[in-house]
Amino acid sequence: MSTKAITANRLRDGSVVWYGKDGLWVDTVDRAAVYEAGAIDGALALAKQGLLDQIVVDVYAIDVKLSEGRPVPLRYREWLRANGPSVRTDLGKQASALAYAF
Amino acid sequence: MTSSTGPVGLYQYDAVDREFVHERVEQFRGQVERRLAGDLTEDEFKPLRLMNGLYLQLHAYMLRIAVPYGVLSSTQMRRLAHIGRVHDKGYGHFTTRQNLQFNWIKLAETPDILGELADVNMHAIQTSGNCIRNVTTDQFCGAAADEVIDPRVYAEILRQWSTNHPEFSFLPRKFKIAISGSPADRAAVKVHDIGLLAKRNAEDEVGFEVWVGGGLGRSPFVAKKARDWVPEADGLAYLEAILRVYNQFGRRDNMYKARIKILVHELGIEKFLTHVDAEFARIRGPKFALDPELVAAIQARFAPPPLADLPGHCPEFEAAKASDPAFARWVATNTVAHKAPGYICATLSLKPIGGIPGDATSEQMEAVADLADRYSFGEIRVAHEQNLVLAHVRKDALHALWTELKAHDLATPNIGLVSDIIACPGLDYCALANARAIPIAQGISERFADLDRQLAIGDLSINISGCINACGHHHVANIGILGVDKKGVEFYQITVGGNAGIDAAIGDIVGPALPAEEVPAAIEALVNVYLHYRKDGERFIDTLGRIGIQPFKETLYAAAA
Repeated sequence: MSTKAITANRLRDGSVVWYGKDGLWVDTVDRAAVYEAGAIDGALALAKQGLLDQIVVDVYAIDVKLSEGRPVPLRYREWLRANGPSVRTDLGKQASALAYAF
Repeated sequence: MTSSTGPVGLYQYDAVDREFVHERVEQFRGQVERRLAGDLTEDEFKPLRLMNGLYLQLHAYMLRIAVPYGVLSSTQMRRLAHIGRVHDKGYGHFTTRQNLQFNWIKLAETPDILGELADVNMHAIQTSGNCIRNVTTDQFCGAAADEVIDPRVYAEILRQWSTNHPEFSFLPRKFKIAISGSPADRAAVKVHDIGLLAKRNAEDEVGFEVWVGGGLGRSPFVAKKARDWVPEADGLAYLEAILRVYNQFGRRDNMYKARIKILVHELGIEKFLTHVDAEFARIRGPKFALDPELVAAIQARFAPPPLADLPGHCPEFEAAKASDPAFARWVATNTVAHKAPGYICATLSLKPIGGIPGDATSEQMEAVADLADRYSFGEIRVAHEQNLVLAHVRKDALHALWTELKAHDLATPNIGLVSDIIACPGLDYCALANARAIPIAQGISERFADLDRQLAIGDLSINISGCINACGHHHVANIGILGVDKKGVEFYQITVGGNAGIDAAIGDIVGPALPAEEVPAAIEALVNVYLHYRKDGERFIDTLGRIGIQPFKETLYAAAA
């Protein structure tokens, strides 16, 4: 079974976020919490509190692998969400080193 | 823009129009506030934001702004540039439905953005949802030499009829109408839910040839002819009848079978039209009759351009072409004849070699607005091929315009050629996409970068979609490319033989999908087959029609055989 992380979009601005280790939503995938298969359902249930708190929309789990201990999305769609458009590398997460919890 | 002194070619809003659009902004402002406060759930809010053109895409919210029938004033273009700079990331994307999309919009700012749009008589209404969408038409409407009827008047009548239409705001699925007033059909009317060809009969009366059930997407169909002639007065009644039949019988249980094309296909055109004719006979009459006085009133709200009385022959224009081959080449590909002597329609390419099809920066939008003011009565059009048009340029000013366009990278002489590629945003932006479209377009464009070679190849359309929803109109391209996901890897299925014009056709699949890195070479191989077999004057589509698909298939898959 693959390793998972949890992602969503922030309600106010639509920005891509991931569920972090301390239960806060973070702006970069490398700070996302990772879960083995047996733990993902419980983590998703906790993360979905963000829907009720008007913090995020569209919460779901993604497949990741660990690279140097940090999660990297497996599917290209999720890699693009984590980085930005491949045709505009000046835009999106790839253009900024910002990483903070909120 | 006011009702008395506005730019030419645009429907002039009156107080009722303005009040409606501003009221809609304030409604949405309240809805956003309630959403952010938690008084509306996402499930409750989603249909409301979609009815205001706001989607949630891969990286952020995307706002799709309506450009009714593809016509913009310079004031409106400047406002789009401003919104792009202040609320987005300095650029926008012109779409295959003549609209504009911003990709990095914040929900909390959207009511203010819509307010800024409303101030210049713009909005995002009918750009999403299961309603009658923004009506599209010929980008040369009101200007082209071959035009029989100016379709803008009827497109505007359809807009007024369809906006907030109580019966047709929750259709089984979205509904797209295109209208052309030229026999050339530059609006792809036969691949729309309803396609209208406005024309005149022997008595010089205006009427419509009506096509129904066309569409692309998962199940592509060329429309069937419903009627060869519907008089102008009965136009709305006939469309009302079609929509009522669709609303009654269209499937709501399966979104993939909910478009009218499926209903027409499953019922058969004869049975479908039996229902339509019965409804048409029932409602035909004064209530739905299009009053000639109303048509005249709408016509009056389109200010005609104050064209100068010029001779058809323009010595300055001819001299510029003779002395400047690059200008002459641009004229050959990027202009079409205007109905008025001494004028010409110019297309501004948004397809620089290796560029992103349809993207324009805020600086380019402002430059186009300034050029429109100086060269084309302050009016701009968006082509469904994702280019811009200045429709009323004096021939004696065309060289000066071209010189300025070059400075803004808007003068690539490639309209209708192999690098004038239609591409949807694809997986780089779109939440529905399976594969990227833009990098494939860029790769092909760069492979055919030599403009002399493009000109030697001649008319050839290449359209690319990043998923089966076909926003890139791949089905109706001479060479169509569809992105698919094979176990997480982007592959591309190639079709040939599609046609978006009056001889509309759906392309045939050449063979198994190819990996991304092989696509530009594959397209070049198809072009080389054409060049090998073509006879004098034949376009790609003509040669393909004559020799069939087999030589293309054999060449493309020879290495794998």
